[in-house]
Amino acid sequence: MLRSIAARIAQALGLILAVMCLNFLLIHITPGDPATVIVGESGAGDPELLEEIRTQYGLDRPVIVQLLSYVGRVATGDLGDSYFFNRSVTSLIAERLWPTVLLVGTALAFAVAAGTMVGVATARRPESPLSHGATVLALVGFSMPVFWTGIMLVILFASTWELLPIQGWHDVNYGEGILANVLDVAEHLVLPALTLGLIYLAQYSRLSRASMLEVLESDYVRTARAKGLGERRVVYKHALRNAVIPVVTVIGLQFGALLSGALLVETVFNWPGLGRLAFDSILRRDTSVLLGVLLVSSVMVIVANLLTDLLYTIIDPRIRLRERSNV
Amino acid sequence: MSDATRRGEMAAADLGVTPGSGAGGGGGSGRPGRETLRLFVRNKAAVAGVVMLVGIVFMTVAGPRIYDNDPKHIVAIPLTGPGELEEARLGTDYLGRDVLAGVIGGGTTSLTVAAMAAAMVLVIGVSIGALAGYYGGWLDSALMRFTEFFQVLPALLFAMVLVALFEPSMWTISFAIGVVAWPGIARITRAEFLRLKNLEFVRSARAVGATDWRIIRKVVFPNALPPLIVSATLIMGTAILFEAGLAFLGLGDPNTTSWGLMIGLNRGNFLTAWWSVTFPGLAIFFTVLSFSLIGDGLQDAYNPKLRGR
Repeated sequence: MLRSIAARIAQALGLILAVMCLNFLLIHITPGDPATVIVGESGAGDPELLEEIRTQYGLDRPVIVQLLSYVGRVATGDLGDSYFFNRSVTSLIAERLWPTVLLVGTALAFAVAAGTMVGVATARRPESPLSHGATVLALVGFSMPVFWTGIMLVILFASTWELLPIQGWHDVNYGEGILANVLDVAEHLVLPALTLGLIYLAQYSRLSRASMLEVLESDYVRTARAKGLGERRVVYKHALRNAVIPVVTVIGLQFGALLSGALLVETVFNWPGLGRLAFDSILRRDTSVLLGVLLVSSVMVIVANLLTDLLYTIIDPRIRLRERSNV
Repeated sequence: MSDATRRGEMAAADLGVTPGSGAGGGGGSGRPGRETLRLFVRNKAAVAGVVMLVGIVFMTVAGPRIYDNDPKHIVAIPLTGPGELEEARLGTDYLGRDVLAGVIGGGTTSLTVAAMAAAMVLVIGVSIGALAGYYGGWLDSALMRFTEFFQVLPALLFAMVLVALFEPSMWTISFAIGVVAWPGIARITRAEFLRLKNLEFVRSARAVGATDWRIIRKVVFPNALPPLIVSATLIMGTAILFEAGLAFLGLGDPNTTSWGLMIGLNRGNFLTAWWSVTFPGLAIFFTVLSFSLIGDGLQDAYNPKLRGR
């Protein structure tokens, strides 16, 4: 068990290293000389300045040396500087990380909880109108572009119902105290999180329905029923635990897609997270920030996958046992 | 397990043992059987998907000839609502361009990019998955590590970086989507190849001395087709969503009209002109929905036991 966890962590570290190399590669295959890019905006065709920048950024050294020094710098948390803000990329990202984590976490919690509930409810009565409705909703949810769903919700809530804020994550004056602060962010969070959560709600309900249908047909469920357990207990205690395993797997696998969705949702709602930062960086041609966001997001996905794998062994003791007998 | 058996079979082939079943026949070939087609046609949702898709393709191909407003031309006062004008039935956008013409003209970009991207996804994914699944061993581990690596990159963000670093054009956009979206197909192909490679008809092909290349192409691949056809259909939907997302973020080909681009450009005015973003969005929605319905229908038709799951 410990050994397999260690191996899993080593694998994650390997992936992180690979992402660093990719980032380095992307910087280098970009058309154009990075030195000209740095100098470019300030309008200098000055060869001396170019030379100085090259030495300053180490662009005159061999590629492999540059790669090693890049990896070394990234490992110590140095992602370079933003040309636009003239600030370190790390500090910019640190500032924007929290809103993204909050948005993605809320959307995911909502999607998993509601999706599993819908899936279980519809699996118990597979031919009911509710069940067919959920199938249709899953298809619809999957087919809507997430940024458009967001815009439609904004139109609905801003011009028709006027219930919720539609931009940013804070009002200009949200009152004094921590509670007012939290409530204000929470209010701003509802629509973006709902938008992002809806697609995954659709997918998780479909997935948990399928796996629940399968589990409910298994022998041990029949045994549980035969020995006279109440239906509720059979479904929610015995069957559910096995039925959520595929959902957990998919959360890990889809975390990258979730972050991609967050990127679009943040752009629609002006949510000050990493996605919004990436979008703005493209407009500003601020490549180091863009690549920094790519790196940090990939690390987030790797960590999420690692956590899912560990969560697995808690939910499903068979995985633990199998590994123990192998070692 | 396979290595020992394979060697045994090679030896048998060398000894001139003739296998019973014909090599290269490959069980039921890739052509969808009559039964599959019958099940597909009976599925109302799938047929609705086909009808929807045919309608969208017709609109895209024939539409500009029937309705000849140029989507890039200014035809009327900006932000006029739908139904108010003869020359722009679905209203005008913030520059006074015809929304209906945009919806009709935008399909070309979306569908072309999606088709090119899906083709690329299939080429990369099937090659990697087939090699990994068929040969196994170190090649399999190496290719699967490579696949894993691409799976942890947040797809849209990576595609966005690729398009932003190079110039946005139909080619770079399709390329970027292709590069980020193939791991799923690789995994499915690998699983199918793993399942099929030790079945009797593959072993007999090997026994009569067919080369690996021939076995992969003519014996295993046709039998791995059903799940790949289903995924290819779904990939088309995903690719359309990707293209729309990139275009919405301003990373579309600036020389063409596309649904995502229309929504992105009109983002600042959607509260005053809901029609300028709603109709292009509906076009994306119905296109993706049609592919999802067809994909699900094919899935059910190939695997009747899984129906409704």
